[in-house]
Amino acid sequence: MDIQQYIELVFTDYTLRTITLGTAVLGAICGMLGSFAVLRKQSLLGDAISHAALPGIAIAFLIMGTKNSSIFLLGALISGLIGTFWIRGITSKTHLKSDTALGLILSLFFGFGMLLLTYIQKMPNANQAGLESYLFGQAATLLESDVWLMVIVTAISLVILLLFWKELKLLLFDADYTKTLGFNTKFLDILITTFIVIAIVLGLQTVGVVLMSAMLLAPAAAARQWTNNLSVMVILAAIFGAFSGVLGTAISASHNNLSTGPVIVLVAGVFVLVSFIFSPGRGLLFREIRFRKNRNDLQLHKTLSFMYNIAKTHEDIAHPHAIKILNNFQGFTRKSLQKLEDKDYVKISGNMWSMTESGYNTASNLYDQLITEENE
Amino acid sequence: MENKIAVQIDDLTVAYNYKPVLWDIDLAIPEGVLMAIVGPNGAGKSTLIKSILDIIKPIAGSIQIYGKSYKKQRSLVAYVPQKGSVDWDFPTTALDVVMMGTYGSLGWIKRPGQKEKKAALEALEKVGMLSFKNRQISQLSGGQQQRIFLARALVQNASIYFMDEPFQGVDATTEKAIINILKELRKAGKTVIVVHHDLQTVPEYFDWVTFLNVKKIATGPVKDIFNDDNLTKTYGINYKVSVQG
Repeated sequence: MDIQQYIELVFTDYTLRTITLGTAVLGAICGMLGSFAVLRKQSLLGDAISHAALPGIAIAFLIMGTKNSSIFLLGALISGLIGTFWIRGITSKTHLKSDTALGLILSLFFGFGMLLLTYIQKMPNANQAGLESYLFGQAATLLESDVWLMVIVTAISLVILLLFWKELKLLLFDADYTKTLGFNTKFLDILITTFIVIAIVLGLQTVGVVLMSAMLLAPAAAARQWTNNLSVMVILAAIFGAFSGVLGTAISASHNNLSTGPVIVLVAGVFVLVSFIFSPGRGLLFREIRFRKNRNDLQLHKTLSFMYNIAKTHEDIAHPHAIKILNNFQGFTRKSLQKLEDKDYVKISGNMWSMTESGYNTASNLYDQLITEENE
Repeated sequence: MENKIAVQIDDLTVAYNYKPVLWDIDLAIPEGVLMAIVGPNGAGKSTLIKSILDIIKPIAGSIQIYGKSYKKQRSLVAYVPQKGSVDWDFPTTALDVVMMGTYGSLGWIKRPGQKEKKAALEALEKVGMLSFKNRQISQLSGGQQQRIFLARALVQNASIYFMDEPFQGVDATTEKAIINILKELRKAGKTVIVVHHDLQTVPEYFDWVTFLNVKKIATGPVKDIFNDDNLTKTYGINYKVSVQG
C-alpha cells in the first residue's frame, strides 16, 4: 500500500480512521503532559509508572476472566498510581534517592506483572490470548470507545491546565516559593502526577508498557528546543506528539503492518533528533555556526585593532603602511586583510595598506563595545 | 526594646531524619532591622528561614509573625530563595519570573493583569533590569538572575523580607546595588533578614546580627555583639575579624 492509497483509506476505512485518530489524540495528550514531566525533571517517572501498570492489567484479567479494555485501564491506573505513591514514599521516608526508588519500583512491578502474564498464559482460558500485546502495544485493537475516552481525558486535562496554569508554572519553576505564597503544592503535585499517570495508562494499549515513556518525553524534549516560552512549548509538544501518532500509524499501515507502537516512538525520536540539530536557538548546527562566526569576527577584530594601534601613532590616519609590518602579528592572513577591505575598514594598494575613517572608528570603539557587551 | 517584634521564635527545633539541624532556638527579631544570619556551613541558616516561611515543618516550637502564625500573615512576608535552588533553563522570561511575585495576592486561578504587570515592571526598574524584561532567564548572568529574584520579592510589597544568600556569586557592582535596595527597604520601615556569608561586610551592611550554629549563639545590634568572642563561639576556631569603627 502506498501513501496515496493510505490517505484514501484513512477517510474510508473505519478501523484505520479510528486508529489514526486514537494515536493522534494520544500523542497530543502525552506531549502536553510530558512537558510537565520533563520540566519537573521527572522524566523517568513515566517509565516507572508504565511498567508499574502491568500487574494491574494482569490482575484485572484474573478477577474478571475476560478481555475488556476499560477494566484493564482501571487495573493499570490503580497499580500505576500505587507504584507512583510508593516511589514518593520511598524517597521521602528513606535515605534512598529518587533514581533508586524509580528503578526499584519499575523492576519489581514489571517483574510481578510478567510473572502473572506467564501464569495467565498457562491457564485453560481461551480469552487469555493477546494480553501480552500490552508489552509493546497493538494499535489495531483500538475501538471507537477507546478513542472517545482519550478525547474526554484530553479535554479534561486541557481544562485543568488552563485553570491552574499560573500555579503549575510556579510549581515547576520554584516549588518552595510556591509554598510560601500559600498555594497547596501537595495538591498541585498530585493533580499533575495523576494526569500524567492517566495519560500513560491510556497509551498502554497502543504503545505498550515498555515504550510508553518515550511518548511522554520525546515530544516535550523536541518542543523545548524550539521555544523559550512554556505555553508555546506545551502546544508544540502536543502537535509533535499528534504528528508522531499520525505519521507512525501511516508508516506502519503502509508497510505490511509494522508494529505501530515502535514506529510511533521512532517517529517521535526523529522529531527529537531534527530538533536537537536544526532548532535555531538551541540546536547544535546553529550553535556551531554562531561559534565559528564569532571566532572569525574575533580574528578580524584582533587584526583591526593591531592596525589601529599602528595608525593612531600618525597624525593622518589614512597614512599608508607596508603590509610587511603586519607579518609579525599572529593571526593575520591575506584573506583576513581582504575581508577587512570588503568591510571598507582598510584600503589596500599594492604592498601598502591604510586605514579608512570607518575602520578607525570601529577599531577605536571595539574595546568599549566588548566592555558594554559584558556588562549587559 | 522600643520597637515592635516582627518575628518571634520560641523553642524551635528542626531535624532532618534524626539529626537536629536547629536546636531549641529562641529569637526575637525587632521590626525595622537589617539583620544578617551568620554561621558555618550546615549551621541551619537556610533551615531557620525555611521554618519561618513554613516550608519545613519543625519538630517543636512556635513561630509568630507580628503575633500570629505565618499562615495568617503570609501577605506580610516576601522570600528570596537561594539562586541555585531553581533551574534557570526554565522556559520563561525575566518579566514573567518577577510577575510570579504577584501570584500570592492574586490567589488561586485568577490570572495577572495590567496592574500586576505594571508592578512587575516597576520592580524590574528598581533593580536596574528593565531593559532585560523579555530576556530568557538562562541568558542572564548570575548577578542579573539574583536581581530578578530580588525584584520578584519586591513585587510582593511585604513588610518582612527573607533572603537566602543574595550575594552569592554576584560581582561587586551587583552586591552594591542589592545592598542599597535592602538599605532603602529598611529606611521604609521594612524588616530585612539575610543569610550572609561574608563576615567582613557584616558591620558595613547590617545593623543587626544573629550568630547561629545549630543553637543560637547570640543576637543583637552589630555594634554590640559582632566581636571575636561570638565569632569564635560560632565558628569554633579562633576567628579574628577586623571590625571597622
